[in-house]
Amino acid sequence: MKVAITSSGPTLQSNVDPRFGRCPYYIIYDTEDGSFKAVENKSSLAAGGAGIQAGQNISDMKVEAVITGNVGPNAFRVLSAASIKIYSGATGSVKDAIDKFKNGEYKETAGPDVESHFGMGRK
Amino acid sequence: MIISVASGKGGTGKTTIAVNLALSLSDVQLLDCDVEEPNCHIFIKPVFKSRNAVFIPVPVVNQNKCDGCGRCQEVCVYNAVVVVNKKVLLFPELCHGCGSCTYFCPHKAIEEEKKEIGVIEIGKNGETQFVHGKLNIGMMMSPPVIRAVKKHINRKKTVIIDAPPGTSCPVITAIKDTDFVILVTEPTPFGLNDLSLAVEVVRKLGISFGVIINRSDLGNKKTDEYCAAENIPVLMRIPFSKKIAEIYSRGDSIVKVLPEYREKFQELYKKIEQNKNQPGIK
Repeated sequence: MKVAITSSGPTLQSNVDPRFGRCPYYIIYDTEDGSFKAVENKSSLAAGGAGIQAGQNISDMKVEAVITGNVGPNAFRVLSAASIKIYSGATGSVKDAIDKFKNGEYKETAGPDVESHFGMGRK
Repeated sequence: MIISVASGKGGTGKTTIAVNLALSLSDVQLLDCDVEEPNCHIFIKPVFKSRNAVFIPVPVVNQNKCDGCGRCQEVCVYNAVVVVNKKVLLFPELCHGCGSCTYFCPHKAIEEEKKEIGVIEIGKNGETQFVHGKLNIGMMMSPPVIRAVKKHINRKKTVIIDAPPGTSCPVITAIKDTDFVILVTEPTPFGLNDLSLAVEVVRKLGISFGVIINRSDLGNKKTDEYCAAENIPVLMRIPFSKKIAEIYSRGDSIVKVLPEYREKFQELYKKIEQNKNQPGIK
């Protein structure tokens, strides 16, 4: 299955970016064959509704799960409507996060864990 | 003539200028367009005679007619509409009420319902006619409320608009289509930085403007140097004064307690008249 990890850079060594809507990259990782690609997040500089737009884009990429630091209420609504599972609380490198995900160390997030605008103005 | 009072930086004295200018002239209408935190009424003490709600249209989807084509999402530039798994999700708090999704929906599946976002109150005190808008708590879109305040402009009078701080949409909505902008600043690095941003906005809109330096004996000379270099008229200077601060904190107006200021504000009006036909292009 395809998994999207919010990332600060385009490689597996990059750190997980804690922001879902405003991270600079998504690493789209395929758990079946271990292949991945980095996708720039076009919503990272959106004036408003970044999480909503990002959720939409992720959904278009046929991703089944998202691994990130935090997810806000609007992004949560979009991802839930798209039946995408959310695993929040990830830190460290993207590779670490993938390993932990494969080992079943992350629990599925039941609701938004930050307020709207959490990702604004943060680097 | 319509005069708007703006600043860039907050807390420089917009309301002080707007209120005292209004009270120094006859046949005036004062509009408080700082609808996120209006406070002119504290100084004007008007008796309100009417109160009307302001609404924006927000979309409602008729699921029976919608086939999930996604056109509404394409045309919404505010990310207030998304289509996931052929289902429309609406985010009314991001909706600007522009009506695009309703207009472009090929299946006529979107209807609009009215959402209250604020109120307009109209009143007067003596000769001063007063209108202000109040954005409801939790609402983010102030421009529709500002436009609703400006619908009450009476061009037969001298109109004074107290604008919100900053340089974004609310300010532009407030100062647009006015004849002159007073930019109130203070001679500090923050004041100057935000003044220069506000000057760029006003120049882009092509409106004549001038600067008032409040607390003019504090800070440094950089604001004066900037105005001279940019060929911007300095219309008035108000010194830093404990007396003025006390008057303000009691909700009084300067011109009532210190009558000599009435003449200074009338002088200010004359300078505005002299400068109003000089678009502030460098």
